[in-house]
Amino acid sequence: MITLTYVYWLAGAAFAAYSLLGLRNRRPGNAAFWGLLALSMFAGDRLGDFGNGVLVLGLVGIAGFGGLKRAGSDEVTLAVKQERATHHGNSLFAIALIIPATALIGTLLFKYIPEWIDPKQVTLISLALGVLIALAVGYARLRPALMLPLQQGSRLIDSVGWAAILPQMLASLGAVFALAGVGDVVGGLAGQAIPQGSLIGAVLAYGLGMALFTMVMGNAFAAFPVMIAAIGMPLLIKQYGGDPAIVCAIGMLAGFCGTLMTPMAANFNLVPAALLELKDKNGVIKAQIGTALPLLAVNIALIYLLAFR
Amino acid sequence: MWTLAGIAVIVAGFMLRFNPLLVIVVSALVTGLAAGLDLQAIIAAFGKAFNDSRYVSVVWIVLPVIGLLEAFGLQERARGLIAGLKGATVGRLLTGYLLIRQATAALGLTSIAGHPQTVRPLVAPMAEAAAQQQNGTLSEDESETVKAYSAATDNVGLFFGEDIFLAIGSILLMKGLLEQYGIILDPFELSVWAIPTAIAAFLIHGFRLWRLDRRLARK
Repeated sequence: MITLTYVYWLAGAAFAAYSLLGLRNRRPGNAAFWGLLALSMFAGDRLGDFGNGVLVLGLVGIAGFGGLKRAGSDEVTLAVKQERATHHGNSLFAIALIIPATALIGTLLFKYIPEWIDPKQVTLISLALGVLIALAVGYARLRPALMLPLQQGSRLIDSVGWAAILPQMLASLGAVFALAGVGDVVGGLAGQAIPQGSLIGAVLAYGLGMALFTMVMGNAFAAFPVMIAAIGMPLLIKQYGGDPAIVCAIGMLAGFCGTLMTPMAANFNLVPAALLELKDKNGVIKAQIGTALPLLAVNIALIYLLAFR
Repeated sequence: MWTLAGIAVIVAGFMLRFNPLLVIVVSALVTGLAAGLDLQAIIAAFGKAFNDSRYVSVVWIVLPVIGLLEAFGLQERARGLIAGLKGATVGRLLTGYLLIRQATAALGLTSIAGHPQTVRPLVAPMAEAAAQQQNGTLSEDESETVKAYSAATDNVGLFFGEDIFLAIGSILLMKGLLEQYGIILDPFELSVWAIPTAIAAFLIHGFRLWRLDRRLARK
């Protein structure tokens, strides 16, 4: 059966290639960083918890003290790209769309063959399959030099740099926070902060608390159980008789407004800034605040107006 | 209370612009120590969580494909396509993308688009080309703004579309949590309440994109 393990092997192979290319281009720090990540993808399940922890410390040691060099400039000139773009035309789009199309079709169809493909992981497996198909078609149609995709991939991953593992690191920090009981302490504090007997005060504390705690944790999923336990369940649902479906569904969306405003949600806010080579790392967040704040107000109003009819 | 020291480390570390990876590890150490864990246990807990969340970093396997297509002029082609359309503006283009992203996410198709797959190779260059047409020349600041809005539009579309889908992670999380409190709800009863916010998100972000158009045109 095809499981996530095979996808990790593919990712391991890609990171190993970035590492070898880093070595060849005399970037030992980059080579070591992507090499450790390749090791994690290939052998993470055999390293043991402490071994994985040491691997993380190695990654952080390299990145935290300036060991990663920035990406080199693109070897393919703009003029060449423009000429090739005219020559290949819209078939470039067709190849680009293979990845989302395969992800779409795979997600829908692979669920029906659970004997062959792990039904819980269809999306990531389809994504990996889409990448392989797109590469094969790309080689056949465009006839690039053999190493070109990996060389370009290596340049792109170096331009993203350490931000590439930031989302994974933040997810891991969330696990340590959960182990230490950070959520319960925050929930207790939020519960104390509400004036007695004020429905609008409780709704405000719930909505703002969801957004703020999401900003701290970088993830609404981490904030949600805490705020439900602290305010949502005891006050909004039990004491004031709010509709649990509305309190939960729109409360979660209030948390999503927080996700738009925090560097802690790295994969949505910092990684695209790196991918798009923005000078301001917080440029995406700044573009989102103007949507997030009014939408947060709308969400709080919706809870107040809809849940307590 | 000391368990919150890790949060203070995060906030201070990000504000003082230390390397975020360092800040995260220090925060984990401080939090673990405050909760009475020993050093080895903290490192092991972090290592286990890192290994369990490897799927988050799998998305980087798309880079060789994106790199290949970009070397063959994908971004230039995307720009050319928009330059050939009369009346294309950043606002209209991104509003269209917002609608498609919300609609597909609402059908559960969250991973068919995203920052590496669609925003960098397609949406951002198209938006830049449209802005160039509106404005003649594009200053560096304006080009940054247009790119940032492209990424922002993808996020807004994803976040405020996906919860309409029944089987998305957050809906299942809510259902599971409510069951712990003895409240049994159908996923449909939860997901239907994501619709008012989805409409509001489209209106608010669409209005801001329209304003962006006006700002670019005024110059």
